[in-house]
Amino acid sequence: MQSTKENIRIGFYVCHCGHNIAAMVDCADVAKYVKGLPNVVLSRDYKYMCSDPGQELIQKDIREYKLNRVVVASCSPLLHEHTFRSATAAGGLNPYYFHMVNIREHDSWVHTDRGEATVKAKALAHAAIDRVAFHKALETKTVKINPDALVVGGGIAGIHAAMTLANAGKKVYLVEREPSIGGHMAKFDKTFPTLDCAACILTPKMSEVGAHPNITLWSYSEVAQVDGYVGNYKVRVKRKPRYISEERCIGCMDCISACVFKEPKFEDEFNEGLGKRKPVYIPFPQATPQIVVIDPNVCLNFKRTKGPDGTPIVSDRCKKTCVEACGDKNAIDFTQKEEIKEIEVGTIIVATGFKTFDSKRVPAYGYGIYKNVYTALEIERLVNASGPTGGEVILREGKNPDGSPKHPKSIGIIHCVGSRDKKTNVWCSRVCCMYSMKLAHLLKEHTGAEVYNFYIDIRAPGKGYEEFYNKLLDEGVHFIRGRVGEVTDWAMTPEEEGKLVIRVEDTLAGYVRRIPVDMVVLSSGLEPQADAQDVRRLFNMSCGTEGFFLERHPKLAPVNTFTDGIFIAGACQGPRDIPDTVAQAGAAAAEALVLIDKGFVEQEPNTAFILDEECSGCKSCIPLCPYSAILYDETRKKAHINEALCKGCGTCVAACPSGSIVQNLFEDEQIFSEIQGVLAYD
Amino acid sequence: MKYSYYPGCSLKGQGRAYEESLLPVMRHLGIELEELPDWNCCGATAYMAVDEGKACVAASRNLAIAEKAGLQQVLAPCSACYLVLNKTQHLIHDYPQIKSAVDRAMTSVNLKYSTDIPVRHPLDVLISDVGVDAIKQKVTHPLKGLKVAPYYGCQIVRPYATFDDQFNPTSMDRILEALGATMVQFPLKTKCCGGSLTGTLPEAGLRLSYIILKEAIKRGADVIATVCPLCLFNLDSFHGKIAAKWESARIPTVYFTQLMGLAFGMTAKQMGLQRGLVPMKPLASAPACCAARTAAAAT
Repeated sequence: MQSTKENIRIGFYVCHCGHNIAAMVDCADVAKYVKGLPNVVLSRDYKYMCSDPGQELIQKDIREYKLNRVVVASCSPLLHEHTFRSATAAGGLNPYYFHMVNIREHDSWVHTDRGEATVKAKALAHAAIDRVAFHKALETKTVKINPDALVVGGGIAGIHAAMTLANAGKKVYLVEREPSIGGHMAKFDKTFPTLDCAACILTPKMSEVGAHPNITLWSYSEVAQVDGYVGNYKVRVKRKPRYISEERCIGCMDCISACVFKEPKFEDEFNEGLGKRKPVYIPFPQATPQIVVIDPNVCLNFKRTKGPDGTPIVSDRCKKTCVEACGDKNAIDFTQKEEIKEIEVGTIIVATGFKTFDSKRVPAYGYGIYKNVYTALEIERLVNASGPTGGEVILREGKNPDGSPKHPKSIGIIHCVGSRDKKTNVWCSRVCCMYSMKLAHLLKEHTGAEVYNFYIDIRAPGKGYEEFYNKLLDEGVHFIRGRVGEVTDWAMTPEEEGKLVIRVEDTLAGYVRRIPVDMVVLSSGLEPQADAQDVRRLFNMSCGTEGFFLERHPKLAPVNTFTDGIFIAGACQGPRDIPDTVAQAGAAAAEALVLIDKGFVEQEPNTAFILDEECSGCKSCIPLCPYSAILYDETRKKAHINEALCKGCGTCVAACPSGSIVQNLFEDEQIFSEIQGVLAYD
Repeated sequence: MKYSYYPGCSLKGQGRAYEESLLPVMRHLGIELEELPDWNCCGATAYMAVDEGKACVAASRNLAIAEKAGLQQVLAPCSACYLVLNKTQHLIHDYPQIKSAVDRAMTSVNLKYSTDIPVRHPLDVLISDVGVDAIKQKVTHPLKGLKVAPYYGCQIVRPYATFDDQFNPTSMDRILEALGATMVQFPLKTKCCGGSLTGTLPEAGLRLSYIILKEAIKRGADVIATVCPLCLFNLDSFHGKIAAKWESARIPTVYFTQLMGLAFGMTAKQMGLQRGLVPMKPLASAPACCAARTAAAAT
């Protein structure tokens, strides 16, 4: 094939990468071999091609030897393709006349026979030399970035990301599913290891979000659809009806006191069902926005009875006392319907958080069977001054002889519930050791009870965390190393009667113990949200095997996703505590700002395009495109590829029955010559 | 639905009341059981502990016969049989040396073994294939007022929890509730009954049986329902020794299939209830004749 191309002048460089390549590949021999191939003007081996002298060598050779193609055999293109393309461009060539051969990850690192590895390096180099002759000059395209951003999820991650962007002067839409922002952190009593009050540090940030001129806060809303591409996303947001006009409600809560239900009667989600609320409610005192919600499932106005003529009418039990109390403000609107808002943004930060493991999945621990078994989140509400008991730790079951509520005298906290277990979730949920110890401290402080922690390992790897563990030991909290076998009410001795017995192998003492307690706390692990898969599809992201959203690179791109312009922050990416979540949210906001402030994004030209004259309009390619980049042009009866959306995966190219789709950098003659090249070495 | 019925030694001997109640109950529910021809020992208890390979050979011969007979599924009512047959399949699957030993042995008697044939427990078949609703429809004499301690023993959910939860199984609860009985909350559902320790190390084994009996009485049960011949033997046979060592803990233990039969209108005698050492009180709901027979059986 080479004979068909004239005036091709290739410069070839093989990199030693110190010992990384040179130890397994005879670089000088590879250079010598390539020197003899057609069109090769010069062939060198060099210790570090990525170093400044290495790059300058390429530039100098392009000028001196009038090279018009460059091939470097070194590491993975993921690492240095950009480096060498830039060097090629600096030498005065179109950067796409450069091609890279990976003889490190694909060769020296994975082989043990130096002779064979050298042969492989030569074959790969030969393929590149043959291919690069067919390279064409390509132009990178730029796409403008819409400076507005969308943050999905109003927990601490979303709040921090939104504030960072808004403070940088960007317009931010913050979409939260629940009636108030705040997420899980709003439910916590104190935070470890400093024991500062969670609400005291969170609620000022919440009000700031609510009042920030650059933030449009849509609570009780969900993202319904996302179209477009980096810099130009079109998003449809579903705003659920709260039956209250957000514009007119002033948060006076007169309607709540006026509700026909004199006493709160319905399960209060914010208090984990430990407390009750009315059909018209505000989730918690510091809720943001300070706007009430009406729950249509229990509000009498939504109950229908049969009227005199048989048609359904509003139950006469509804006296509309709330409407009366609202008066001139006229904020209550029972006719409110779901509303769809359409917005355009350039970048999106997904911070949808986690859900806690359902402790009922481990029936041996008795949650849902024994009333005095609690989840950790329930305890957070129980010890909280604004919680259902005003911070008094009283047992669900059991009364003192005088009929007063009973306080626990002994408490067992079981770590790793649902975590580190092949039967449930294999991962460590990272925060449970620390929050268990925090709860141990708080429960001891509130009740003076004996507190036992049952742990597999204590994982306290943060700043001040190990110190906190030591503090707990000094406070006299008991730590028993062993995975609990079961929680039971089966008593073997009179002391165990009426108690919950924790059976555990104490692996430090070396025997099986039975520890009777009044209260059991299950430190449930963290899991992906139940609808994580739907959200993943919505934003075209990936999930790891465990179901958390997948970052682009676990070390070097932890907040990026495989979709440009979409970032992840917080526990939706994996279990993490508040400090790490905030750091990650800041990082995601910074990554978004990089795009926004640059104003445009360069797109790799390795996109596919349609040869109009060949396209029969069969539409086979359209449903195959994973990025929805192919449209059908009805007037011309041809397929059309949106270059901005195309990621260059090549699926359509392979599928096209008439061969009328071509992909830059992967044209047929380039690939065929590459195959011939790799086979040419004997 | 047709299953290959593998009785094992218990259901033909000490546990014959299990067979006497299982077969008519299954027939009544439209389940056809065909006894496996020329079956042999499942390889349980000491066999498995002494020589795993030989135990697997013994067990797999039964599975190979079922395969040869063209039967799709094996029903193993005894917990030990159920566990060993399942364990054999896992071992053959995981350990090539066991597989080759089994293959050699099977070839020498012109049989062939593949791991495909499912080994099922009656609880599994009743809950998954028959369903609670179908069972409910057959109830003519609801077990109203009967308080049952559902006792599963260790082997049918551990280590292979194929049809129920490992720590808190509920399949028998659901079946017995469908019969109209009331379950007492019984956290010792899967605790050890003492196993063969009641014979080899009675001071340890009997204590375990005693704990289960005592707890069932304490929780107000009238009867303990079980699925395992060895559990029934341990809970039913040592009341004298238990009373001498600790205190009297007399409560009848029956197979869950016996209770099913009673609810379907079969007689206590037909269900083999007279074989129990601690008699079960006649049920209020039983027809007069049956009540009389239960009482007669009890005396």
